[in-house]
Amino acid sequence: MAITIFSPVTRALETLGDNAYFFKSIIRNTFRKGFEWNEFYRQCYNTGYKSIGITLLTGFILGIVLTLQSQPTLKDFGAESFIPGMVSISVFREICPVIIALICAGKIASGIGAELGSMNVTEQIDAMEVSGANPVQFLVVPRIFACMLMIPLLTIIADALAIFGGYMATNLSEGMTFKLFFTKAFSVLEFSDIVPAVIKSVLFGLAIGFTGCWNGFNSTHGTESVGRAANKAVVTASVAVIVIDVIVVQITSWVVYS
Amino acid sequence: MKAETETVIEIKNLEKSFNGNLVLSGINLSVKKGESLVILGRSGEGKSVTLKCITGLLLPDAGSVKVFDNEIAELDVESLKNLRCRMGYLFQGSALYDSMTVRENLAFPLKRILKIKDHREIEKRCVQVLQEVGLQDTIDKMPSELSGGMRKRMALARTLVVRPEIILYDEPTTGLDIITSKEISQLILKMQKQYQTTSVIVTHDIPCTKIIADRIVVMNNGTYTATGSFEELENSDDEFIRSFFN
Repeated sequence: MAITIFSPVTRALETLGDNAYFFKSIIRNTFRKGFEWNEFYRQCYNTGYKSIGITLLTGFILGIVLTLQSQPTLKDFGAESFIPGMVSISVFREICPVIIALICAGKIASGIGAELGSMNVTEQIDAMEVSGANPVQFLVVPRIFACMLMIPLLTIIADALAIFGGYMATNLSEGMTFKLFFTKAFSVLEFSDIVPAVIKSVLFGLAIGFTGCWNGFNSTHGTESVGRAANKAVVTASVAVIVIDVIVVQITSWVVYS
Repeated sequence: MKAETETVIEIKNLEKSFNGNLVLSGINLSVKKGESLVILGRSGEGKSVTLKCITGLLLPDAGSVKVFDNEIAELDVESLKNLRCRMGYLFQGSALYDSMTVRENLAFPLKRILKIKDHREIEKRCVQVLQEVGLQDTIDKMPSELSGGMRKRMALARTLVVRPEIILYDEPTTGLDIITSKEISQLILKMQKQYQTTSVIVTHDIPCTKIIADRIVVMNNGTYTATGSFEELENSDDEFIRSFFN
């Protein structure tokens, strides 16, 4: 009876321990000689360049929607001139980092989970080990670093497009010049709005890369497990993004705003 | 003469279980240098597990696995990596890297095991090994563009390109038609004679066994029940052993 009650706890602790061991192995292999630069560039192309389209569209639409939704309320108070500042602070601080990270959790974490899961099932990871390569150094480290670099860059691109979207939406009803909108949007931004958001995006990248690789590496044999690895990667990465967001926002408010 | 009888793989009382299910129960085996040993047995008997224990991809629960006098379980990561440089492994499903071309698949172990940096040298070795297995026209193809037989040849080429002293074959002819299967078996024999490698082959394929084997061991219930040449086992008094050959 006691075993039945405690077995989920034991399993959870075992998984936590395995995660910690995997993370330690990533850290160790990051500083080992022979960083796989070619694989890193390839992963930057896969995670970054191939996600630009969806990032541009999402950022642009976020800017439009945010402006259209807030415009009537601000108009009632005669505060339309605050729209550019409100849009820029919202998208830079919170909306774009989180939405882009969630999109990347769906696109990139599932891709990594499925790719590594498939390699695991077809013994390609074993073949790499036998061929003198360290699978963590070759497959995991470049993927995680590519995510940590490309997700902040995608977020910055989305920020820019969101502000442009905000300008387009403002111009549908109000006449505001491009120069004035951008001046107002950027004049309210401070160091404390941008740096914590970039750091947050780097951590989102780490979480997305890590969960994708972890689930891919731990897929059991069989094609069904590949789908399960991709699915688990998306769910875990999305939850991790939300949890990291809460923690970073709290830390930022302690350190910066107090 | 001494070199010919040198034992390169020695397994003593090897035990391995998965989730409480005992797969290998006290395996004893020794393989001499230059020998071609075939392991026969039903599916799920632990033949592939034995090969993985030899390469250190799996660690034994009990017993000893020695390769070139090195106890696999006691080696650190770097020593195991160095030992693996002397071994090749042909995987059951070929295990070609899907995201790489045939050239990149062959260059991968050359860069990592032999540490060759010169692109011309890598290219020369890739072309040479592809000619040996009859796949010289596929160098720029992706693995997905190759047929089943071509994938096996390609996997053999990737194993041979670093000139290993021991090659472990995990069901090299599974899923192939009789003619292609015979071609692969003859190719394995040709490469074995050419490079004087020691081979351990796990298979169910009796025609393949007849072509390749110097010695055969038969596995049953997680241990070896018989050993001998093809002719000796074919005429064995044991019905279980004879059933493989009929």
